[in-house]
Amino acid sequence: MDLIRESLLKKSKASKKDQFGRVLTFSALLLIVIVVVSIFWFVASKGLATFFSNKVNLWDFLSGKNWAPGQTDAHGKPLTGALPMITGSFLVTFLAALIATPFAIGTAVFMTEISPKRGAKILGPVTELLVGIPSVVYGFIGLSVIVPTLRFLFGGSGFGILAGAMVLFVMILPTVTSMTVDTLKSVPRHYRESALALGATRWQTIYKVILRSATPGILTAVVFGMARAFGEALAVQMVIGNASLMPKDLTSPASTLTSILTQGIGNTVMGSLENNVLWSLALILLLMSLVFNIIIRAIAKKGAI
Amino acid sequence: MTEKILVTENVHLYYGKKEALHGIDLSFNKNDITALIGPSGSGKSTYLRALNRMHDLADNVTVNGTFMFNGQDIYAPNTDTVNLRQKIGMVFQQPNPFPFSIYDNVAFGLRTAGNKDKGFLDETVEKSLKQAAIWDEVKDTLHKSALSLSGGQQQRVSIARALATSPEILLLDEPTAALDPMSASKVEDTMMQLRNQLTMIIVTHSMAQASRISDKTAFFMDGDLVEFDNTKKIFLDPAKQETQDYISGRFG
Repeated sequence: MDLIRESLLKKSKASKKDQFGRVLTFSALLLIVIVVVSIFWFVASKGLATFFSNKVNLWDFLSGKNWAPGQTDAHGKPLTGALPMITGSFLVTFLAALIATPFAIGTAVFMTEISPKRGAKILGPVTELLVGIPSVVYGFIGLSVIVPTLRFLFGGSGFGILAGAMVLFVMILPTVTSMTVDTLKSVPRHYRESALALGATRWQTIYKVILRSATPGILTAVVFGMARAFGEALAVQMVIGNASLMPKDLTSPASTLTSILTQGIGNTVMGSLENNVLWSLALILLLMSLVFNIIIRAIAKKGAI
Repeated sequence: MTEKILVTENVHLYYGKKEALHGIDLSFNKNDITALIGPSGSGKSTYLRALNRMHDLADNVTVNGTFMFNGQDIYAPNTDTVNLRQKIGMVFQQPNPFPFSIYDNVAFGLRTAGNKDKGFLDETVEKSLKQAAIWDEVKDTLHKSALSLSGGQQQRVSIARALATSPEILLLDEPTAALDPMSASKVEDTMMQLRNQLTMIIVTHSMAQASRISDKTAFFMDGDLVEFDNTKKIFLDPAKQETQDYISGRFG
């Protein structure tokens, strides 16, 4: 009796294994959380140092138009206006999304509604290929094809916001397209059938039922593409011209948060103002990616009926 | 002699090379309810979907035979399927309103047909919802998503949506199979209210439903039409042994 009692009270081998597995998976999760939190903490502490230890005014940083962190203005204040880069980042992102969206929707409609068989055969390989191309290659193609073309068409150097947006457009197109395709595929077949059964034409079915039901998903795809475009550094840096000036038109040299970061971070001393303001730019990037994430979640929540 | 609104002769239908319907001759009286019964896979839904050319969507289906709707050939090359489907509406097994408001759902067929007049739309939406016996339940929530309704209400909105284009024939493919008994009986009531206003052809697995609501019943088996007669005759004194076996539940 006692033997049974003892064995019942003791932990069995299986439950020990179970606990071991739980500890193992939980620590993996914990590690990831720690990494994410410390990245945030590191970027935030460095980025905020600009405002707390270097006493740069936050508003001056966000709205200032002169960027030359090593120099000071007439009042002895450092020139740390990040508005040109912030504007540049948003402009290339929105332009790229604006060009990519109609292409993505058109491609996705063709591949899911008009010619699914050929669509499946083409889309998979093309998407994988486009996603797999390193961004330096995109940048290089942009540098040797898009920049000269824009120079020929609009004059000037050809470097600028438009060149950056064109490169980003090609880079985010596969992401936006394949996500849009997934969304259109998930529109239930019976929507199509009942629309047609009500006497709708094929175009009306696509336009009034399928695209309309898929709108939240398409928006998510676009925001996802924008998040990618916002964070892309190398390819943009190669074609945008890297002049930290307020962009006055789309075809004159400009800069983005990422392009200034990649250029400057190796040339500054840790702890100096020049270095800290770059971390402040990184903090903006981080916060923006957070914002994109929140938008995607909000859309998904609203779209889930 | 009642008027025949739809006459089909020698209907053969193939999925790829497999023959699913082996020559069906059926005709439908105007403003009657005709029930199509039979075991699963007997071809009754397949036949129903041929009547408004829903098989056009699939590319491996071949349909042969004569389909005369008010004296016009449904499968003639110059038939306008958009026009045809406005005259022959369809309600599916799963309640399937679009993820729009109730109003937009019912107005859908009207709008695709090019109606933009607000007064006409309002009037027709109300009329259709009343016809489908759901107006009282949704009249205050017309601009809420149709997906917030219960399954039975959704199905009646689907019926209202099909009625809005004022079809002459309504095809119903197991309209109550996915519903609970209470909702099913409401949908049945709706059909009973609509009788004499339009022709209805209903596929059903419920023998009780067929006997309750239909004027005529067609019994399908293995892609053949076994028997077609007045519902009373089919259920009380069927001519064929197979029909007798099926309605008494000996197989199927």
